[in-house]
Amino acid sequence: MGKKILLDKINIPGIKTYEVYRQNGGYASVEKALKQMTPDEVTEEVKTSGIRGRGGAGFPVGMKWSFIDKKSGNPRHLVCNADESEPGTFKDRYLMEYIPHLLIEGMITSSYALGANLSYIYIRGEYMWVYKILERAIAEAKAAGWLGKNILGSGYDLDLYVHVGAGAYICGEETALIESLEGKRGNPRIKPPFPAVKGLWQNPTVVNNVESIAAVPWIVLNTGEEYAKIGIGRSTGTKLISASGHIKNPGVYEIELGLSVEEFMNSDEYLGGMYDDRPLKALVPGGSSVPILPAHLIYKTAAGEDRLMSYESLSDGGFATGSMLGSGGFIVYNDTACIVRNTWNFSRFYHHESCGQCTPCREGTGWLEQILHRIENGHGREEDIELLWSIQSKIEGNTICPLGDAASWPVAAAIRHFREEFEYHVRFPEKIKNREHFVNEPFEKVRHLVAKQTV
Amino acid sequence: MSMEKHNFKQEINITPELMARINELTSRYPEDKRKSALIPVLHEVQDAHDHWLSYELQDKVAEILGILPVEVYEVVSFYTMFNRRPIGKYMFEFCQTSCCVTRGVENLMDYTCEKLGVKIGETSPDGLFEVRGVECLGACGYAPMLQLGDFYHENLTKEKVDQLIDDCKAGKVTLLDK
Amino acid sequence: MKVTIDGQSIEVEPGTTILQAARMIGGEVVPPAMCYYSKLEGSGGKCRCCLVDVTKGSEADPRPMPKLVASCVTGCQDGMEIASKASPRVQEARKSVTEFLLINHPLDCPVCDQAGECDLQNLSFEHGKSETRFIETKRTFEPEDIGPNIQLHMNRCILCQRCVQVADQLTDKRVHGVMDRGDHANISTCISKAIDNEMSGNMIDVCPVGALTDKTFRFKSRVWFSKPYNAHRDCDKCCGKTTVWMFGNEIQRVTGRKDEYHEVDEFICNTCRFDKKEVNDWTIEGPRTFEKTSVINRNKYALHVPKVEIKTEDHILIGREEDRKKISMIDVPLENAENSKQ
Repeated sequence: MGKKILLDKINIPGIKTYEVYRQNGGYASVEKALKQMTPDEVTEEVKTSGIRGRGGAGFPVGMKWSFIDKKSGNPRHLVCNADESEPGTFKDRYLMEYIPHLLIEGMITSSYALGANLSYIYIRGEYMWVYKILERAIAEAKAAGWLGKNILGSGYDLDLYVHVGAGAYICGEETALIESLEGKRGNPRIKPPFPAVKGLWQNPTVVNNVESIAAVPWIVLNTGEEYAKIGIGRSTGTKLISASGHIKNPGVYEIELGLSVEEFMNSDEYLGGMYDDRPLKALVPGGSSVPILPAHLIYKTAAGEDRLMSYESLSDGGFATGSMLGSGGFIVYNDTACIVRNTWNFSRFYHHESCGQCTPCREGTGWLEQILHRIENGHGREEDIELLWSIQSKIEGNTICPLGDAASWPVAAAIRHFREEFEYHVRFPEKIKNREHFVNEPFEKVRHLVAKQTV
Repeated sequence: MSMEKHNFKQEINITPELMARINELTSRYPEDKRKSALIPVLHEVQDAHDHWLSYELQDKVAEILGILPVEVYEVVSFYTMFNRRPIGKYMFEFCQTSCCVTRGVENLMDYTCEKLGVKIGETSPDGLFEVRGVECLGACGYAPMLQLGDFYHENLTKEKVDQLIDDCKAGKVTLLDK
Repeated sequence: MKVTIDGQSIEVEPGTTILQAARMIGGEVVPPAMCYYSKLEGSGGKCRCCLVDVTKGSEADPRPMPKLVASCVTGCQDGMEIASKASPRVQEARKSVTEFLLINHPLDCPVCDQAGECDLQNLSFEHGKSETRFIETKRTFEPEDIGPNIQLHMNRCILCQRCVQVADQLTDKRVHGVMDRGDHANISTCISKAIDNEMSGNMIDVCPVGALTDKTFRFKSRVWFSKPYNAHRDCDKCCGKTTVWMFGNEIQRVTGRKDEYHEVDEFICNTCRFDKKEVNDWTIEGPRTFEKTSVINRNKYALHVPKVEIKTEDHILIGREEDRKKISMIDVPLENAENSKQ
């Protein structure tokens, strides 16, 4: 049983409410921070903990905090990124829905560390009922004196509000989120300047993921040093993994980083293996944008070492044979899944979510989708595979924000690891007309057809 | 581009309750940053107006927030949750991204459309139902799923969809979390 | 601060962007720019045509930048070294962006009023390919009427957003903007409103392509058949300094005075642009003596190259000077001076 620090109290009846949360030690980190620590000491603990941003990019949280511009004297803001929209990811929603006060406690403690007196939680519009849960929880916290003027007599003031989006994946990118919070279209800004210098309303701003902020209370209460003891190497602490796809027990799990992928997949404590007798075919370990792994690279790295649930191990082998921990959206596919169809599905997603601001992403994501759609529907050409590869390589790295990369990587990885499946679609269009083509006749049964035919 | 969209007429009614909520929302931002409340305000206004926003209604929002109408149009057209035309009262928004596909959402959408006698993106003749495919709603572990109003309906089966349709017809389904 | 672009060094003030530094050096190192416009605040960064490779970050932090950066929005650092045209990676990126800009762009140059002075044509000439890899259906938009003076052709738009910035920065009530998103993003008023502000005509001048053209000049002539003259008049709304494009004694259209990067020197009002088409409305100063790198003015205008001090090794300079003479329009005129003044 791994250590739990975020979900340890999740099964306490009524933990959603302020009273129960408080009775079980809630808001103790605010008391400790405001009464016994300076803001810089809180930041220092978070730095020591080594916690890395849980939204996907994995940038160390403490370091991000230390970049915030305190010299300008402009008001500072903490914004919590609850715009969880990466396909495969639903962990933040779970946290906010079932233990909302943990996030609010984290927001207060973190805002104190940053010297922010006005902070926001930006939640995606589709989570409308969670938005209402947070609104009520904030009202409860305010009534109990945890928000407002002179909190706990410390002289520290904080106003915390929840702000709702309206359906745009791109608003998960921190500068797009800030634009959206300012009541504009969610167009990512050109960086520099970074939000730490010019963010919300041109004020210094830190944007952190829900899970990162929810870990702060534990770090403050138990010290960063203790936190750093959990996990493995530079992957410290615990991570929420949201698991979906063809597995027995989909859902949200808190794991200690460093757990082996094999154990996570197959033990009854976690995913409990595949959901029927169809074999494992592929895994997307960190949300739709990270490279897909074929079966032989899931439990072992290319070097033959055990693949672990950590930032380093999942990316072992680079883009050639590795992937990324990303946001922890763990999607498992069995052999009924068609990689071409799935890649088209992801491409459609990125095409739909591109903001349209910069050329490579605006034009490229749509192009990728159209080609993949053609291939999946039996109108592919042999040269389309090279074309897909070429287009994704031209988008990657040339865009304003990482959405371009996110749209490119799944396509690149699918072609790299499952090229034969693309060739099969191109060469045997009549066999893939039915969208469930691999249900009755999985690719393993027809692979020989591709191998025989040369172009 | 927008002539047909512009032809729909909508009765605008900013009730005192709605105005109070708008004022509460704008109070969350500094005095001179009222525009920041735009998206939350649009949600409230849309909810109070049959879940869609005509250009006249958008103009009204611009007036309330003291911004240009075009600033509202830009935002409304960017975000998928705002509708610029009337929609079915019960809009079934199925998540059709990968994880839901692995759990059979495509067949379920076909089933629902057939049952309701509509195509994807169409409103049923009685104006009651509409089926849409949307992108990932963050319920991947509870797939297949759909969003109806403010709420998610998860781990769907054909039987559950049948029940949901019956409940809608009987007026037993709550759409808004107020 | 000293920056070096493709081996040519120049001293610049802090706050100068790489693109501005490149323009100070001039010539081949200047990256193409489809969305940046020095006179419009907040422009740039979007089209990705001006990507360059920063091979050395600065004297203090010499690490190269991992990704190509948009030169129009990236500030120079002291000791920065940049590869522009000299870098194959940069050339490849520009080719890619050009291809992306063209896949959905209509092939209507033969009937496009911008043809001949179109930045996208020039970009394609430099960085485009002769064949297309795009076999899907091109994206199209419903036409929208935005009034009697300006023609909006959304299918040709590359979403540089300069026209939105013009409306934001030169007028007080913007009525058009960017609507929808992704590859369906479009410039629109949403309600087919006429864009009739006194400065709205500048949208035409800043548009790098044929998405916004002068309705009063529509299909009148190909731009290369008319000749540009500097002209001025007393105007109470703007500077009154314009370029009038003449065919014989007829003024076919009036535009702002554009420099070699196709940016207007000063914005002009709609009265000057649309309503003053008689020769006696204007004091004609004489033919334009600027250089616009475009197909229409090859051999037509005298080159005006601003003098720039380039601090680099002497023998390179001598070599460059010799090269310049070989290709120079001034030193090797194809027409005599009398002809070009007509």
